[in-house]
Amino acid sequence: METAFDWITLHQDMIYIVVLSVFLGIEVIGRVPSVLHTPLMSGANAIHGVVIIGAIIVMGKADSGNYTALILGFLAVILGTLNVVGGFVVTDRMLEMFKKKK
Amino acid sequence: MELNILTICYLIGSITFIAGLKMLSHPESARKGNLVAAAGMFVAIIGTIFLYEEEGVKLGNYIWIFVALSIGTLLGTMAAKKVKMTAMPEMVSLFNGMGGACAALISIVEFNHLMHRGAEGQSADGGTLLIIFAGLIIGTISFAGSMVAWGKLNGSIKDFSFKGQHIVNLLIFGVIITLSAYLIISGDPAASSLFYVIFVLSIVYGLFFVLPIGGADMPVVISLLNSFTGVAAAFGGFLYDNPVMLTGGILVGSAGTILTILMCKAMNRPLSNVLIGSFGGGVSGGSGSKDQGAYKEISITDSAVVMSYAKKVIIVPGYGLAVAQAQHVCHELEKLLLDKGVEVSYAIHPVAGRMPGHMNVLLAEADVDYGSLQEMEQANDEFPSTDVVLILGANDVVNPAAKTDPSSPIYGMPVLDVELAKLVIINKRSMNPGYAGIENELFFQPKSSMLFGDAKSVLQQLVTEIKSL
Repeated sequence: METAFDWITLHQDMIYIVVLSVFLGIEVIGRVPSVLHTPLMSGANAIHGVVIIGAIIVMGKADSGNYTALILGFLAVILGTLNVVGGFVVTDRMLEMFKKKK
Repeated sequence: MELNILTICYLIGSITFIAGLKMLSHPESARKGNLVAAAGMFVAIIGTIFLYEEEGVKLGNYIWIFVALSIGTLLGTMAAKKVKMTAMPEMVSLFNGMGGACAALISIVEFNHLMHRGAEGQSADGGTLLIIFAGLIIGTISFAGSMVAWGKLNGSIKDFSFKGQHIVNLLIFGVIITLSAYLIISGDPAASSLFYVIFVLSIVYGLFFVLPIGGADMPVVISLLNSFTGVAAAFGGFLYDNPVMLTGGILVGSAGTILTILMCKAMNRPLSNVLIGSFGGGVSGGSGSKDQGAYKEISITDSAVVMSYAKKVIIVPGYGLAVAQAQHVCHELEKLLLDKGVEVSYAIHPVAGRMPGHMNVLLAEADVDYGSLQEMEQANDEFPSTDVVLILGANDVVNPAAKTDPSSPIYGMPVLDVELAKLVIINKRSMNPGYAGIENELFFQPKSSMLFGDAKSVLQQLVTEIKSL
């Protein structure tokens, strides 16, 4: 029990970010028209590609002799980039078509 | 100094994600919002590569990082540029799976790292292990689930369920949690092979989680898995004390959950109902075989004639139109009718197609005028004064049972009141019930006529027929 409290105290700023971000996410999306559901889902999909930052750190930290870490990290960076780049490009393509209609 | 710059890069990243999401939820600013978020992501990534340091040591392996980034960028751009608009939901699901897999791989590498250090006498603390396990489990479930959703949407995976599947799922999940708890509490490096058992079980759980859910409910599932990946990314943020991963991940986690709930609301079904699949997979009870009497068929020529001489025609596009990729021919038909002085518009049900808003995207691709798309309430006011309603591969969204039959699984879902029009022409491939697996009494009403065939070929024939009139 003691350690759990210590952990919370140690990470309290992160925990604040989590709590506030949860409410922010709800507020930001709250009144979105159904027309935009698909692009929004796709845009959010691209944003969680931030996980790529973790992949870059893993890759950059790996010792040059540790092949498992190098290979897995390499794969992780590729997958993360796919998520980010693919996600943003697909979203842009969808939204581009909405714009043309003016 | 450099670390301060990195802090600012992450701050910029976090702000652009919030601003981007906000702008994405308004039609005028949506496209800019996407670019803003992308720019912030770029800043955060570049900042990480060049400025990140841990205990005073900078990142290495630059060549490999850039090779991987280039491969990912190239493949991602090509896939995203080439994909057909109808296949968009699959694409989102696939990219989402990639993100989940990325989170899982990070956890695997970090776990190995920890165990390695553990062997040298440094013990791993429970908090870090908890974060690594959460990232692994959630990321893996999201990956496996997204792959199934992807396969289902492109038709390569069929619904699959067996008796007691929910209990098996619960059991698997229970085992995953128990094993994780044991490993975290004991911190025993000798038991580290259990980590991979958890990994494999998470894959199995992800597969079983999505397999029984029907194709029509896939959008909801993808949205849910989307928020899972967000949470997995946020655990990565905890692991590296990285604020931009944390804000980005949690934002998507909560926004994705809300979006999932909004989608369920549009279908008037609770989320639990979708997940347990009360009518999703093969569980659809005896509702399929009730004899409803006879239906009428109408020929292409007759359809062409009634539509050409009608005053007002409303087209109701659905899943069938998306599958047949018939949006362009559909627009051609619309133009022909407009030339003949017919008033033509589209009635868009919020959950028509494969994803909410999917129909708008598809029709926009075919250059259909934005002003001729009517939302459900608007369209329902128009139906009584409409001569012909042409339904293209839509089924559940026009099923009157949602209003009249309390025993129907879709009872209470808002639907399009097409039966108020003078004549209803329904294009379907066959009399098979739709994705929800329920009969539609609309097809048997005296005003309704069936026009069987693939939406695209039927529309092409209609176009030729109307031209020759």
